[in-house]
Amino acid sequence: MRNNKKSPERKRKTKRNLIAYSFIAPNFIGFAIFTLGPILFAFVLAFMSWDGNNPIHFVGLGNFMKLGEDSRFKVAFINTIIYCAVTVPLTLSAALVLAIVLNQKIIGRNFFRTISFFPYVASLVAVAAVWNMIFSPGAGIVNVALSHMGVAKENLPGWAADAKWAMITVILFSVWKSMGYYMVIYLAGLQGIPGELYESSGLDGANTWQKFRFITWPQLRPTTFFVVIILVINSFKVYDQVYMITQGGPGTSTLVMVYHIYQTAFVTSTNYGYASAISMVLFAMVLFVTLIQFKGEKNYENA
Amino acid sequence: MRYTNKKPAIGKLLLSIILLVIAFIMLIPFVWMLSASLKYDKDVFTVPIQWIPQKPRWQNYTEIWEKIPLLQFVLNTSKLTLIVTVLQLLTSSFAAYAFSKLDFKYKSVLFMAYISTIAVPWQVYMVPQFMMMRSLGLNDTHLAIILLQAFSAFGVFMMRQFYQGIPDSLCEAARIDGMNEYRIYASIMLPLSKPALSTLVIFTFVSTWNDFLGPSIYLTTQSKKTIQIGLRMFIGQYSSDYGLIMAASVISLIPVLIVFMALQRYFVEGIAATGIKG
Repeated sequence: MRNNKKSPERKRKTKRNLIAYSFIAPNFIGFAIFTLGPILFAFVLAFMSWDGNNPIHFVGLGNFMKLGEDSRFKVAFINTIIYCAVTVPLTLSAALVLAIVLNQKIIGRNFFRTISFFPYVASLVAVAAVWNMIFSPGAGIVNVALSHMGVAKENLPGWAADAKWAMITVILFSVWKSMGYYMVIYLAGLQGIPGELYESSGLDGANTWQKFRFITWPQLRPTTFFVVIILVINSFKVYDQVYMITQGGPGTSTLVMVYHIYQTAFVTSTNYGYASAISMVLFAMVLFVTLIQFKGEKNYENA
Repeated sequence: MRYTNKKPAIGKLLLSIILLVIAFIMLIPFVWMLSASLKYDKDVFTVPIQWIPQKPRWQNYTEIWEKIPLLQFVLNTSKLTLIVTVLQLLTSSFAAYAFSKLDFKYKSVLFMAYISTIAVPWQVYMVPQFMMMRSLGLNDTHLAIILLQAFSAFGVFMMRQFYQGIPDSLCEAARIDGMNEYRIYASIMLPLSKPALSTLVIFTFVSTWNDFLGPSIYLTTQSKKTIQIGLRMFIGQYSSDYGLIMAASVISLIPVLIVFMALQRYFVEGIAATGIKG
């Protein structure tokens, strides 16, 4: 009896669920197989030894123990941190300056915004090719300009070819390529600051610097927080720029985490289990930053 | 009062200088690229730089098509980009509609599955993903690239955020009028979501067109390569054919430039909206 009474209601519910699932299914099936599955597999693989041909077998924490003895891993880890530590503040300040300047009422504002943003969407291979020629140690225009400015020939930086300068070359390229993106985020943040704040401070006689120091910067704090998080995560994932500019060299001077993962899995060996263990370190780094983000966002919501 | 007269003048001068520097830094690489693409290799590095070559070598733009299968690369990339973008747009706006406007069992569990993967970088699971594709016999196929790009959690998340801003009462009214959910999606939600769809088009288009690591892991046959890895291979082989390299680079930028110019208004709005919400 009870079942019969409920059945039209239940039928309606089932139908409602089925309609909803039909909306989700096309994406979810692809997502579950090609994203969710591999992610779960990555966690398993990190505890396995597998070269893709011989049978897979469990090695426990073996792969993670190996990390401690892998000097290339240590170098890659440190290089990734260095890359992050320099790229993040540089990109952030460049993006902020761009955003503040391009938020003014100036002639050709849209033109300047467009050209600042274009490197972000431009094909990486193409712009990296130009970058390599412009920063060519011998005849590139940067070094030609530097020697015109009186830098002695033996003091000219060797850029991508010089172990001391290679990381800086990659970083400068990354900053140039991505600052337009963060500029857009900052522009949105700037437009959210109420104009009255500036008007009343203007009446109080605040100068431009004071306005920045006491209105713009504090008001932009949530935006800055968000930009830092995204920048840090993207820095941890850096690969393309390094590959195009220096191929990880000279020596190991620009070897980064993802480069090491790629090489371990596909180039110097087919050690998929160990490559996944390195990936887990990368994941832990990103997760750590994401957790900070969650915490921070809660704070800003409460504030 | 003394200050108010002086400050704008200095401020304006400073502003102009900063603008000039910005324009210089942002544009120089592109101007240099264009200029070098019309030069003989021996003239590329001459000092002082000839920004406008005296005898432009237009042949760079014809020879490049013969030297490498550039047309094949462009067609491959266009095909991949088109399919991925269409699939991404359709499936993620479809799924997002359910997550935003429908009520169903396991809704929050399924949505959590999407959200939690956004925090996992692709680089973390690219190796197992490749192993899986290989066991399905999909390595060195375009299908692999399509499958790994087309169903991103990001697309679903972004579209859902946008749909959340559309009042539920709109859908309720349509339901009372007797529209079914598919009609509501097609004739009410889709037309309203033009800005979000445009943003997603650009994100997907740009990331697929410019993708490097994905194709370089999967595609090994020359005739299947995309413009990015094809161009990179050419640079590796003929590293001193500067003029040709630059001509090929200019060509590879054109499609992105067109899409970007056409949709840039939406792009800026889109980043602003999705970026701030995180």
